[in-house]
Amino acid sequence: MNDEQIIKQFMYVNRRAPHGTIYAQESLEVVLIGAAFDQDVSVAFIDDGVYQLVKGQDTKKAEVKNFSNAYRALEDYDVEKLYVEQESLESRGLSESDLIVDVQMKSADEIKQLMEEQDVLLTF
Amino acid sequence: MKLAIQVNTGPYTHQGSDTAYQFTKAALAKGHEITRVFFYHDGVNNGTRLTTPPQDDRNIVNRWGALSEEHGLDMVVCVAAAQRRGLVDEGEAKRNKKDATNIAPGFRISGLGQLVEAAIQADRLVVFGD
Repeated sequence: MNDEQIIKQFMYVNRRAPHGTIYAQESLEVVLIGAAFDQDVSVAFIDDGVYQLVKGQDTKKAEVKNFSNAYRALEDYDVEKLYVEQESLESRGLSESDLIVDVQMKSADEIKQLMEEQDVLLTF
Repeated sequence: MKLAIQVNTGPYTHQGSDTAYQFTKAALAKGHEITRVFFYHDGVNNGTRLTTPPQDDRNIVNRWGALSEEHGLDMVVCVAAAQRRGLVDEGEAKRNKKDATNIAPGFRISGLGQLVEAAIQADRLVVFGD
């Protein structure tokens, strides 16, 4: 089997706040490493996961690593499909202008539809 | 069917590792192929040979090892997650100047690319734990 010829639809689903658990950080690590495999990749931010993209994060007092600038690097890795669930963002009093990267806003129904199209869903 | 397994929870605290083991065993018994078991997040702790559970309880680590030996399972512990949590094989001990190793037989430490590759090659990636 030649892996080069297999292109699957991968969606990484981020559901948790950037800090409090390691999931956001270790999700980002998979996305960045996975980018080398030339798959059809998208990243969805839903529920508290939308907080991962909020601008101006300052983690100094919490003494944890601030990795939020790494989301800006996704574009350089050709990870360009970043979906943010509109309901999650709005219910947290946030808007697109609060986010550190350009994203595509999607309704919960649209996210659901996109999920159904995927070959691989990795949820963090 | 070709299945890849991802285990995100460590042993004992949550059921995830037990369920992953039972699922893997059942899938093999049904004749499915397990292309890889990938341990991520706290799941890397399933790969330490230093666990000593009470004798009347299951030994989660050894149980994975036995299943691996019986079926030739490829069991991979994520290197980045392992480094954070102190899972060490000889290569890692040398590289990071550690005074000991603790990887259990049947497990190997490798990169996240192994997870992505497994997801590409398998018909399904089945994820256990949160």
